[in-house]
Amino acid sequence: MADSIMVDIENISKAFDELVVLNGITIDVKSGENLVVFGRSGTGKSVLLKCIIGLLVPDKGKIFIEGKDVHSLSKKELNEVRKHIGFLFQGGALYDSMTVRENLAFPLEKNFDFTNDEIQKKVERALEMVSLSEAIDKMPSELSGGMRKRVALARSIITEPKLMLYDEPTTGLDPLTTKEISELIIKLQKELKMTSIVVTHDLICAKIIADRVIFLKDAKIIFEGTMDELTTVKDEFLQNFFSTEILKA
Amino acid sequence: MQLAKKELKDTVIWKTLVGYFNTIGGMTIFTLEFFKSFFIPPYEIGEIKKHMDELGVKTLPIVSVTGFIIGLVLALQTQPVLRRFGAESFLPGMVALSVVRELGPVVTGLIFAGRVASGIGAELGSMRVTEQIDAMEVSAIDPFKFLVVTRVTACTLILPILTVYVIIIAILGGYLAVILTQNMNFNYYVDTLLDSIVFSDFLPGVAKTFFFGFIVGIVGSYKGYTAENGTQGVGKASTTSVVVASLMILVVDMVLVKLTLWLWPTV
Repeated sequence: MADSIMVDIENISKAFDELVVLNGITIDVKSGENLVVFGRSGTGKSVLLKCIIGLLVPDKGKIFIEGKDVHSLSKKELNEVRKHIGFLFQGGALYDSMTVRENLAFPLEKNFDFTNDEIQKKVERALEMVSLSEAIDKMPSELSGGMRKRVALARSIITEPKLMLYDEPTTGLDPLTTKEISELIIKLQKELKMTSIVVTHDLICAKIIADRVIFLKDAKIIFEGTMDELTTVKDEFLQNFFSTEILKA
Repeated sequence: MQLAKKELKDTVIWKTLVGYFNTIGGMTIFTLEFFKSFFIPPYEIGEIKKHMDELGVKTLPIVSVTGFIIGLVLALQTQPVLRRFGAESFLPGMVALSVVRELGPVVTGLIFAGRVASGIGAELGSMRVTEQIDAMEVSAIDPFKFLVVTRVTACTLILPILTVYVIIIAILGGYLAVILTQNMNFNYYVDTLLDSIVFSDFLPGVAKTFFFGFIVGIVGSYKGYTAENGTQGVGKASTTSVVVASLMILVVDMVLVKLTLWLWPTV
């Protein structure tokens, strides 16, 4: 099972009007693997994640999750697949009108047959995992950027998904919080034995998380390998991209 | 030829026309989607009740004030005219008929559109641009069902209740005008008023507010649900919701009045 393919992306392309953002992308992600998708802003990284979860439909190509073709499933079948996938949005996407407790309980109440007590226990446990038990009855507007990310992370993992998709998990956070969130992602991934696809342009985050890295440029994959290989590759663009002091942090 | 086509597509009138037809097409599909989702469980009764409560409470103060003033001003303005013909005793009946058949439903609908359509447009628009609707979708929850169907249903059910309330308040406002200008006791006012209206006056007036409520809900939800371009899009969703919903209420009112008179000429 360890080497089975969790996500199989076959030759997908996506364009918005005349702007091609993904062009013939093919990626395999093994179960339990942490794949980091790198690239500059606006290179289609988030579009790739949204195609995987079925929020966007690629113009060409297919995406399989555990062998199921995401874009040929009915709405009901797709929702069954989605119940086992977590998605961390760039801005957290916490529901403004709900408290932290309600935010976390919401997917459990709607999709599973847990009793109220079981739901409350799961909410408390998920918040413990992200060290935010004290925020349980706060509104999202009362939380800092880092806390919002943690709560959003707790909401994503509360259903114990097999696959986690992270869209810029550390954007807008200071380096220390970035490190904390990245380490938290690794900790959760190990505890819950999840497969992860992380879209980022944050080097600190990628260094901590990545088992394997791909780099997107001009709608294509221009590099695939480990983080160490990426930072030492003899390519002018990539060397420029990584010639920053941040790597030494 | 190709250049002329491109120039035509860049004109404001072309863009306005395309936008106009896009909105009509989009709203038609959105409305069909509503009816498709409405009958499929789960029915989210708790959420509908919550929205009815919120929308009713939100709108109550403003419709109370407006209803009272409409009744008062209508009676004050009409009384001198009726006096000229020696028909002052018809005042309660005139206030009641105007308020029950037309003013109550339409004014309540328009105020409801201003208060609620903009609120729904802004709320759903904000949820759209901050990816909360996407978050719901990836959590295997149907956001259309949870956010749109519940709000539209709540609007459709709460507006007739508000209208009945406004009619009563407006009649009380009319009575204040009557006691300010002539000596008429409350019992006589109510008796004359009830003598002049029949149930068939009341029914079409209140029945059309179901349509008005539906329009407010569907327009606000459509504009918010399809908002784009960040906070600018949220503002646009909010303002255009009010404009489109108000216009649609007036047009639908015209059609329904004509239809009612055609089907029941004695009404």
